[in-house]
This record gives sequence, structure tokens and C-alpha cells, in this order.
Amino acid sequence: MTVFEPRIIALLCNWCAYDGADAAGRARLDLPAQVWEVRVMCSGQVSPGMVLKAFEAGADGVIVLGCQPGDCHYKEGNLHALKRMVLLRAVLEPTPVHPQRLQLDWVSAGQGHRYAQVVNDMVETIRSLGPLAAGHSREEPLNGG
Amino acid sequence: MGGRPKIALYWCAGCGGCEESVIDLAEDLLTVAEKAEIVFWPVALDARYRDVAAMEDAEIDATFINGAIRLDDHIRMVRLLRKKSKRIIAHGSCAHMGGVIGLANLFTPRQLLECAYRQVPSMADPPGPLPVEGGDGPRMPELLPVVKALDQVVKVDAIIPGCPPPPETMARVIDDVIHGRLPAEKTVFAHRKALCHECPRLDSRPEKIEITRFKRLHQTRWDPDVCFLPQGLICLGPVTRGGCDARCIGANMPCRGCFGPTERMDDFGAGAIACIAAMMAGTDEPALAQLVDSIADPVGLFYRYCLAASVLGTGPTP
Amino acid sequence: MTRRLLIDPVTRLEGHGRIDIRLDDAGNVARAFFQVPDFKGFEKFCEGRAAEEMPTLTQKICGVCPTAHHIASTKALDDLFGVSPPPAALTIRELMHTAFVFEDHLLHFFYLGGPDILVDGDVHSGTHNVFGALQAVGEVAGRRAIQIRKKVRALIGLLSGSALYPVCGLPGGVSKPVAEQARETIAETAAEALVFARQVLALFHQRVLKRKSFRDMTRSGIFSLQTYYMGLVDEDCRVNFYDGKLRIVSPQGGTFAHFSADAYLNHLQERTATRSFMKILYLKAVGWKGYIDGMENGLYRVGPLARLNAAMGMATPLAQGEYERLYDAVGQKPAHNTMLYHWARLIEVLYAAERMVELARRRELTDPHVRNLPDRQPAQGVGVCEAPRGTLIHHYQTDARAIVKQLNLLVATQNNAGAICLSVENAARALIKKGRVTDNLLHQVEMAYRAYDPCLACATH
Ligand code: SF4
Ligand code: SF4
Ligand code: SF4
Ligand code: FES
Repeated sequence: MTVFEPRIIALLCNWCAYDGADAAGRARLDLPAQVWEVRVMCSGQVSPGMVLKAFEAGADGVIVLGCQPGDCHYKEGNLHALKRMVLLRAVLEPTPVHPQRLQLDWVSAGQGHRYAQVVNDMVETIRSLGPLAAGHSREEPLNGG
Repeated sequence: MGGRPKIALYWCAGCGGCEESVIDLAEDLLTVAEKAEIVFWPVALDARYRDVAAMEDAEIDATFINGAIRLDDHIRMVRLLRKKSKRIIAHGSCAHMGGVIGLANLFTPRQLLECAYRQVPSMADPPGPLPVEGGDGPRMPELLPVVKALDQVVKVDAIIPGCPPPPETMARVIDDVIHGRLPAEKTVFAHRKALCHECPRLDSRPEKIEITRFKRLHQTRWDPDVCFLPQGLICLGPVTRGGCDARCIGANMPCRGCFGPTERMDDFGAGAIACIAAMMAGTDEPALAQLVDSIADPVGLFYRYCLAASVLGTGPTP
Repeated sequence: MTRRLLIDPVTRLEGHGRIDIRLDDAGNVARAFFQVPDFKGFEKFCEGRAAEEMPTLTQKICGVCPTAHHIASTKALDDLFGVSPPPAALTIRELMHTAFVFEDHLLHFFYLGGPDILVDGDVHSGTHNVFGALQAVGEVAGRRAIQIRKKVRALIGLLSGSALYPVCGLPGGVSKPVAEQARETIAETAAEALVFARQVLALFHQRVLKRKSFRDMTRSGIFSLQTYYMGLVDEDCRVNFYDGKLRIVSPQGGTFAHFSADAYLNHLQERTATRSFMKILYLKAVGWKGYIDGMENGLYRVGPLARLNAAMGMATPLAQGEYERLYDAVGQKPAHNTMLYHWARLIEVLYAAERMVELARRRELTDPHVRNLPDRQPAQGVGVCEAPRGTLIHHYQTDARAIVKQLNLLVATQNNAGAICLSVENAARALIKKGRVTDNLLHQVEMAYRAYDPCLACATH
């Protein structure tokens, strides 16, 4: 049996979270290979549509990382992100896409350790959920015959 | 060559409302039958599937298909019609986005069958086998693992949104076909702009809306002249393509998005979520979660007509 | 080798169906299946949805009778929340529902099943359809039919948002009052509808009833089934489409049961048919004995003829007159011949028109108070109405937040399902003998189900 290696998209805001990831890299912290980092200007830029696109393209999990509350470079971008993610997660609840596949968190520029912690936790969460396609959407057709 | 243009109308997993949107052409239907040859239309005209199979490829000028793709039979039939038609037009929300029937994708086919044929309270006790199991007689169609929109199965040339579309729109599209104007690739027969622009309540929609509690229809009295949103009732007008003449609003009820997304929006539900999220009052997660909790059934609301067209309904593209 | 005849798809009805006929070695019919290859799963996927959305969600079961589902659903919500609508709302609802039955019956008569009995000649000339029917009845009457249907549908739109998509139903009432200025238009449309209803009955007597071939069919055993009948009746036991109690009469005409819809589970039961998605309803107390008619089997029928059989009369004078004519002509009640559904349907058209005239006159029609807000915690609710094709029941159970936990839908054509299968088989057996099959004979087999005006999309929801 092949081990499931989750594919995770991390959307990092340019001003804090991306720096945090950088710091983690510079510190040579253990970072999971399964995480694809995508830089966005602000977490407030991440629309529900982008998140769903990532799932559609094959991501098993999506994590959005912005600045700590109050620190957003564009003032309230991360608050907007929070509102969207809270609502989107409520929508995901009864669907085959488990709400835990979508995470939102804050990482400030210097928080390399926090970054490493958050993404490693995400990998663990998704690993335990299994691949996204394993939901009922891949169930064998019911036989009529 | 020459001769009258040929039209076909077919339904998959639909409700017949889209068929009514054609019957509602009323007298104009007589003109259609005169100017075009309706070669296949089971709800109104006698014909068999073998008649379709016997047609030449691309013999039909335009085929209007309504209903969602639910059974393997539907796949076979729309592929056949694709072959026989110059244009395939997705007719109505079910063909366009899976429609209401796409909500079935929140469950497995077995759950759907078990419920209908075993669990409902009026079912005989003990219930018999599921209709797809055992017995002899004609072949039973298979339920596909998920409901699909038409364009997930065959190439679709144009879309007529709406559940069902207005008869006036149907008249216009059919008239085009009759006059040899087949729809251009990717035409959507509705407005470009959002429903709000044709809504009589638009002027009462404030620039900035702050919702502190989402209200539900049965618990609320609302002002029939004021936009639903500032009254705390969700209306999907801002993200829904216009073209229905705001018919629900006219009956003093909010829009539920049957016309699907406006231009440049991929996933209708995602657009709706973004739109409503921006109106939510609150600054911290517990407060926002509580506010969201006052929406009775978020997925059923934002994806009422389009779950099958979303990754949330069909899973990732393999 | 046994031969197999396939009628695929069956046409001029709502939804998907096929008839699969197996002949034995002698070329006689061994079995005839009426199969419905369609399924959607509303009973499951409405679970988890908000109760107040049910009237607009469940109406997508059927776009031909969305109004009936909308009404049954809204009434189920009244019951669920324990709230009574004000008089204006009741009048608006009944008016839109009655108007709907009127126009939908005309749809059947001119577009779907009617062409079978209106158009002469060989089916294969491709004339047994709306265009042939309009030609048969003449340009003037044909256009009138189309126009009146359009007007009455516009009236439904005025009351409900759209005839294609009514949205006005809310627990405890409707979303929109009727303006006094609209009363005149409504009354005019109703009056026109009444004029047309009388004309269409005259036409039916002229063109259809006088014809020997039709009279023969109405007397022929091929199209006759001795079954129980069910319909909604008012307190005087007369036909009502919007409200009342359910009455069931036996094949001999005696009252078998009389109950309010919320007791439906004591009386009605359903079973799965093999190789078809259409569930079959039958009378629980009698039980299901298979595809046979008679007192011993719980097979029952609904829809126009069944409603007339189950009632003791019509609530309006002209319809009552015509009702009496029917039973005089048949010489017995209940009337068992399926072809009489066509006549009964037009009697209901007449009743609907007369009723619309009455309702349009009601003072409360334009009262602005159209809604009472519920204050009770929901638990469960049952709603009933007569859809054009028969009794329709919606039953919802919810949690305290009014989220649907269980949904049960007994949909018009399902009540007729057993009878439809039996009628088709009987017709096939009687018409196809010694391997002699023509397209015309197969078409006659189709007439056996078409008289019911079945809606297979409904029946498989
Ligand atoms: S789009 Fe709406 S009206 Fe058309 S078939 Fe689907 S549910 Fe019915
Ligand atoms: S949100 Fe709804 S009510 Fe408000 S303007 Fe838009 S369509 Fe009209
Ligand atoms: S108002 Fe919205 S839900 Fe109603 S018909 Fe128009 S697009 Fe559809
Ligand atoms: S800039 Fe970091 S969240 Fe807005």
C-alpha cells in the first residue's frame, strides 16, 4: 500500500506570513515537503473561489496565513479573510470537503517556529482525513444491471 | 439542402418546468412548428429513441437539453444528441449547473435509495429490495456516483439560465435558430449584470450593509419595498445573473440564485459566500461563528442550484 | 425465442417511462412492464435543509405541477409551525391552486392525452399531438384554448410570482397581498375561464362522446379496473382541490375510510416495485396482493375520475350538472373505466372555473393582512392538496430549529402507480394477440396510461 502524501496549498500574505515562512526556512526548521507555498499580497485577497479552485486542482488541504489581528498591512484584510473562512467552513460542513481541510491562521514576520508548527499540524490533520477524492464522490456506481 | 431548421428538445433528470417554459410560448409555439421542424420532443410529440439514433450526424440544428445528469441513461442519450446536433444548448439550471437535483451530491447514491425505498415512514415493513436489486424485467439504469451538469459530460455551446428560464427568453433563442442564427460559442442567454440592477428595490440597498443576525423567512416580517439584505434576510441578487425580471422579488420573496453566477465568476456559491461574508458584523471568531450559525442551512442556501457544478458537489477534477 | 417489444420512451406525458412487453411462444403477452427509469432522491437531499425553503425546493419535483407541491408544502409548514393563515391568504392560495388545476387539465386535454381522443386516423401520420388536436377542434377553439391557458397562468403569476415558479407560500400565509385594483382583472379572467370551460365541455360532447369508437372504449373491459378510489372532499363530501378530508370508497361505492391527512400513515402504505423507480401506494388495511383489481386488493386510484367517485358531488352548480350526466351515462357509481378520466377531468375544469369566479368575488381576497407569524416550536407537519393528477401529501419532521430531519412525499401519480402498471398490462394483453403487432396497437397500449395524465417525474421524485 502506498502511503498517502497530502498535497497542501498554503496561501501566505506577503507582509507577515511569507516572512514567517522565510524565517522558518532560514532557521532550517523541519518543514513538510507536501506544502506548496503561494504568496498573495494579503490574506484578505484570498477569495472563497480561490480556495475552491485549489481543491478542484487537487489540493487535499488549503491553509491561509495572514498577519496577526491588528497587524494587517491593509488594516482589515485579515478580518475579511476571517469572515469568509468562517462562512465558508460552515458551508463545507455537510459536503465531502471536510471543513478541517481549510484552515486560517496568523503568523507574524518573525514567527518561524510558529509557521513550522502550523504547517506541520496541517499536514497531520490532512493525513488523518485522507485524500480529498476519497469522499463519496469516488464511490463505485450502484449497479443496476 | 435548405429546408426548415431542425430542433430537438430533451430532458434528463429534470422536473418538466423547462418543458413548460417552451409550452408557455403559447401561440408562438404554432409558429415555431411551422418554421422549424421539431424532430424530437418526447413531452409533446410521439417519437422513439431509435428515431434519433437513425438520424444523420449533425442533422439537428439545435438541441435544447434540460435536466441534470443523474443516470447512465442520460450520458448515453446526451452523447447521442451531441453527435446528431450542430449546437447543444443547456436549457435551465439543472443542465447549466446541476440544479436543485445536484443537492443530492451531499449524499451517496445508496443513501438516496435507502431513504426513498426503505426508510420513509410509509414504507411497508419489512421493505422489499431496492429497485436496482434483483428481480427480472427490463434493465434498470445506474445511478452515477454524483449528479453532473451537462457540460461535465458533453460539450455545451450555449446556456439558457433559469429554473426554469422565462418563456420570453426561450422564444428569443428559438427564433434565432429558426432564422439560421445559431448561438455563438459560450453564449449565455441572460443579462451580463447582476439581478440587483433590474430589482425595483435597488435604490433601497445601502452602499454598506452590516448584518448582526441573519433572519429566517418564517420568523420575520419585512418591508416589501426595501432591499432584503439590510433587513437581515439573505437575497442572492448581488451575485446572480439578471434576466428573470426579478420575478421572486416581485412576489416579495428573496432571490435564491437560479440564474447562476454573473460573468467572470466561476463558482456561484463561492461568490455568494464572499458577498455575504463582507456584510457580516463582528471582529472575532466566536462572534462571527455565532452569526454564521444563524444561517439555517448555508450549503443549501448558497448552492441551492449549483452544487453539482462545484468541487463541493463533484470532488476534484481527476 | 420469446419476442420483446419495447416502447421507449413513452411520450406525451411528464417524465421518463418505457413499456417492455414480453410475448410468449404463441405470440401472446406474457408480461408487460411499465418502467420508470428516473430517480432524484428529494426525500434524502431535503434532509438538513431549512423547513421554510421547502415550498420552493420541493416544487422542483415537478415543473408541470409546481403549484401543487408549493401548496402541499406550504400547508405542511402551517401544520409544522401550528399557525393558521388569515382568510385573505387562504383565498389567495385556493385561487392560485384552483386556477392551476384549470390550466393544467387543459394542458392534458390539448397537448398530452387529449390528442388520443381528439384526433382521428392513424397515429403514424404524426398528428396525435397538440398541433393535430388544435386542427381537430378548429382554429378558433384551438387558439382560445391556448389563450385562456396563458391568461390563467398569468393570473397564477400575479398571485405567486410566476406560474412556472410560484414562491409566495409561507407558513401562516403568503408573501404578498392582492391589490384591490387587481380584482377586476382576476374576475375577468375567471369569467373568461368559465365561458371557455363550458365550450370545452360542449366540444367534448360533440367531438368525443358522440363518437362510437370512444364510447366503445368507455364500455370496454380493456380499460376498466375495479379499484378503490381516493380524493379530498369538503365537509359536504364534495370535491375540493385545496382542503378537506380524504375519503376512500370501495370498488362497490361504499365509504371505506374518511380521515384527515395527518392520519395518512394509518391508511396508506407504499412498496418498491422491482425494476422501476416508481413506488406503489396501496391501502394498508387491505394489503397489496399484486397487479389485480377488485375488493380484495389494496389497489386504489386517484385523480379526476377517482375524485368524482370518492365524492358525493361537486360544489358548484354547472359542474354538479355535468357530474350527474357522467354517472347517468355510466349507469353506476363508482365509474371504473379509465377512459372516463378524460371526461371527469373536464368536469373538474368546469368546477375550477366556477370556483375561481366565486373566489375572485370574495371580499377578503384583497385584505392586506395575508400572514400570521408562527410562535410555536416546530416538530412535524403534514400538508395535503389535490394535484391535478391526484392526492399529494407532504410530511416533514424537523428539529427545534426547523431543520428538516425527515421528509415523506406521497405524490399523486404514485397513488395510481399500481393501477397504471395494471392498465398497461391489461391493454397489452387484450390488444396484442398471436404475435400480431402494429404501431397503432402499441399506441393504443399507450392510451391506457395516458388517460391518467401520469407524472413520472413526480412519481419518482
Ligand atoms: S432547471 Fe428547474 S425547471 Fe428546469 S428541469 Fe431543472 S428544476 Fe425543473
Ligand atoms: S439584494 Fe435582492 S432585494 Fe436587494 S436590490 Fe439586490 S435583488 Fe433587490
Ligand atoms: S429572483 Fe433569483 S431565484 Fe428568483 S427567478 Fe430570478 S434568479 Fe431565480
Ligand atoms: S497583509 Fe498580512 S493579512 Fe493583510
